[in-house]
Amino acid sequence: MKTTITVNGEARALDLDPRTTLLDALRETLRLTGTKKGCDHGQCGACTVLVNGTRINSCLSLAVMHDGDAVTTIEGVGQVGALAPIQQAFLTEDAFQCGYCTPGQICSALGMLAEVAANQPSQETTDLTGPIRLTDDELRERMSGNICRCSAYPQIVAAIRAVSGLPA
Amino acid sequence: MRPFTYERAASVEAAVKSAAQTPNAKFIAGGTNLLDLMKLEIETPAHLIDVGRLPIAGIEDTADGGLRIGAMATNSHVAADVRVRSRYPVLTQAIVAGGSGQLRNKATTGGNLLQRTRCAYFYDTSKPCNKRQPGSGCGALEGLNRNSAIFGASHACIATHPSDMAVALTALDATVETLSPSGQARSFSILELHRLPGETPDVETHLIPGELITAIVLPPPPAGGQVYRKVRDRASYAAGLASVAVAGGNLALGSVAHKPWRAEKAEAALALGSSPVEAIAAELAEATHSSRNGFKIDLLRRLVPVAVAQANGGEA
Repeated sequence: MKTTITVNGEARALDLDPRTTLLDALRETLRLTGTKKGCDHGQCGACTVLVNGTRINSCLSLAVMHDGDAVTTIEGVGQVGALAPIQQAFLTEDAFQCGYCTPGQICSALGMLAEVAANQPSQETTDLTGPIRLTDDELRERMSGNICRCSAYPQIVAAIRAVSGLPA
Repeated sequence: MRPFTYERAASVEAAVKSAAQTPNAKFIAGGTNLLDLMKLEIETPAHLIDVGRLPIAGIEDTADGGLRIGAMATNSHVAADVRVRSRYPVLTQAIVAGGSGQLRNKATTGGNLLQRTRCAYFYDTSKPCNKRQPGSGCGALEGLNRNSAIFGASHACIATHPSDMAVALTALDATVETLSPSGQARSFSILELHRLPGETPDVETHLIPGELITAIVLPPPPAGGQVYRKVRDRASYAAGLASVAVAGGNLALGSVAHKPWRAEKAEAALALGSSPVEAIAAELAEATHSSRNGFKIDLLRRLVPVAVAQANGGEA
């Protein structure tokens, strides 16, 4: 089935079995293997990408559902020699051990910070009608869809905090 | 996944028409629950009708002071809407208590209502489950039933409905709007959407085949406070063990029945001047439990009075 998806700024024409998830299209068809397959059931967050600027689990979406969409993967966030600030922050704060969850953590963090900037609430938001204050509890709650089995959570929080420009 | 064909519906009318004409067709919107189940071959549609881009995703004020929420509005969009946050805070609180940020960005209002149970026997295709395979039996009855129902269960099924959002909508007296394959639009109380399991737990709603939920309509908010409280095994991104939505004098309970459970006996007791402790005791008098989920009765006995007090301005 013919589908065109703009990936990291480049329109990519694909011809796919409808069963192909967005994750598999990225990894297997487009060979963009930065996005990781963890659980393949939306529980771990390793496959998180940005679709039209919004973070989603690419494993729980069919590629054909994204005809015309703009997808950003970790390869589009930054590259070696031209790292995005959040990628540099993960290095500076030592925010990973094995690194398998890191592309998903970074894409999720970018989407999460955009949600905070748009004043979207979370379950840690006590005042639903006021501005969001990104406390550490807020930050951790908003990142709960991304697990890190090496348990680098304190450093992940520090890295995201560093690029957020927001006080705790 | 089993092979299937895919189409993107051009209109709401075309979607229901296609659903009526195509054997074993399913609507897909966000896909977060359906695709998960298709990977496990628990759901095996032959045809998917993508309704995710239909122009029924907006949230608009109604003439009587309520809100109409389009069925394709994402959970994130609804939770963040300033009118929902200020007038229906129980709905925002319930939505953000469910799933993860990534899931809420895809999951839709209509799809959230129609998600399937998280009962382990429904998911494990090596085990009996009357919901997944009618007539095969219920593994949960004598098995790992810690998260099973305490209201309205049958000998065929003790699964629970997993939605948080639906519990708030039930307390808010929401109305469901649909379009049927014959082109007929209808609306009915959310209390009439889901079925209790009875002998046919595989039939979960009163929707007719091919009928599409198009909107949820909220009446003006009831007088009094609102709150959603959820108890679960970890602090975030976990299905509930028990939850309660309070909206004025309305009470709905989550994760304790095959459908969001409107606690009418407790409401009646409260209306007659009973204390919240007495009120929830009246509701729990008809609760039943299996070998491992009796603790849910104690959870509700403690949770509901706290939530009612919190909704009325007391301490959490």
